[in-house]
Amino acid sequence: MLAPFEIHEPATVSEAVDMLTHYDEDASIYAGGTELLLIMKEGLVHYPHLVNIKTIPQMDAIRLGIDEQRLKIGAQATHRQVEQSSLVQEHIPLLSEAAAQIGNLRVRTTGTIGGNLCFAEPHSDPATLLLACGASLDLSGTNGVRTVPIEDFFTGLFETARKPDEILLAISVPILPVGSGSAYSKFSIHARPTATVAVILHMQDSIIDSARVALGSVGPTPVRVVQAEEILRGEKPGDELFAAAAAHAQAATDAVDDIYGSAAYKAHLAQVLTQRALEQAATRAGAGDRVH
Amino acid sequence: MIVSTEVKTIDLRLRVNGKEVAASIEPCALLLDFLRDQLGLKGAKRSCDVQVCGTCTILLDGAPVSGCCTLAYEAHNRSVITIEGLTQNGILHPIQQAFLDASAVQCGFCTSGMVLTVKSLLAQYPQPTTAQIKAYLDGNLCRCTGYWNILTAVRQAAQVMASTGALSP
Repeated sequence: MLAPFEIHEPATVSEAVDMLTHYDEDASIYAGGTELLLIMKEGLVHYPHLVNIKTIPQMDAIRLGIDEQRLKIGAQATHRQVEQSSLVQEHIPLLSEAAAQIGNLRVRTTGTIGGNLCFAEPHSDPATLLLACGASLDLSGTNGVRTVPIEDFFTGLFETARKPDEILLAISVPILPVGSGSAYSKFSIHARPTATVAVILHMQDSIIDSARVALGSVGPTPVRVVQAEEILRGEKPGDELFAAAAAHAQAATDAVDDIYGSAAYKAHLAQVLTQRALEQAATRAGAGDRVH
Repeated sequence: MIVSTEVKTIDLRLRVNGKEVAASIEPCALLLDFLRDQLGLKGAKRSCDVQVCGTCTILLDGAPVSGCCTLAYEAHNRSVITIEGLTQNGILHPIQQAFLDASAVQCGFCTSGMVLTVKSLLAQYPQPTTAQIKAYLDGNLCRCTGYWNILTAVRQAAQVMASTGALSP
């Protein structure tokens, strides 16, 4: 059962910001509700005022940025919209692939990509993937709009750099150039994954010239495995190289023992999944004709 | 933290199984409770209560949602289909008939959610692949039959619906 609350329907972002400022700690943004209603039902939090930002038009639009170098994904786009967007499928196919693996169909139908990021659940699929993509987030608050790189957004378990009066407007994701290969590896025994790895490689003349590796679900926030990225750069893809990179992923886990598995098991999974993701990404990048 | 004791209500207007419904609800009312307790539609069941099991599946504008985690408020000016809306004049919907024919039902607790999810599947993919069936039914758990007969039922329903042109309701 939910404790009583009022629902407010702002027509614009600035109206929503005003409401959040006015009600302060008594208010929460309400978007898809997939995470918020769960913790409210459990009685872990109570907000007498919910600000329903789904009433603001255009917040779910997915479009190319003006420079055509990035995709702008409206924060209110549902996982299902991200999965089925032809723009996402064309330019960042892995994001569509990963969106299709979130929760279940009902969660994907209502849950939004922005809500997912702002809730900062440590097992979030989009968070890990977007970290590998080098995404940035546009936030609007009392002091105007600012852009935060996703690496600075997740500050802890369920904690982000978003200020209480700020609303996430859109996620800006660089489009992958031709010659890129990406892969997302995931292991789940419950509704939420035990370990997730996102890899994006770019190859030129059979050499890896850029690599991004992100690790999720095995610590309080998703992390980039910078050491793995460094040893991959400038090298030819191969088993030994990938094993060395995967060892760095294993070392980068900050896991605890919980229902998803022991810390040691999660570290092991991080290594195995990184190796697999690297192999798959390299094969896709090697195909070379388009973005994979 | 201020918890208001004064209960404000919302005037809800929606279409349930093809019929216009108007009701007064609290903003915190869940769609599942509204359907079961205020409208007496008991086909959607509460089980896990956390959007995992699928027994409370209903269709909101044709898309499956969990009644247990959806505010009734969300249904304003929209269309809700529950399992009670599938049988027309005493004749089972082809999906319901296929579940019976394929013995895809044992205790039946998960069945209404399964059938509604399959309805949305066949609306989008009239001839679904096994992968598409599994992707849709991934979030509907059955704890007695196993899933084989359910997959068979979906394929049979797709066939029957294609041959009879039965697409709605």
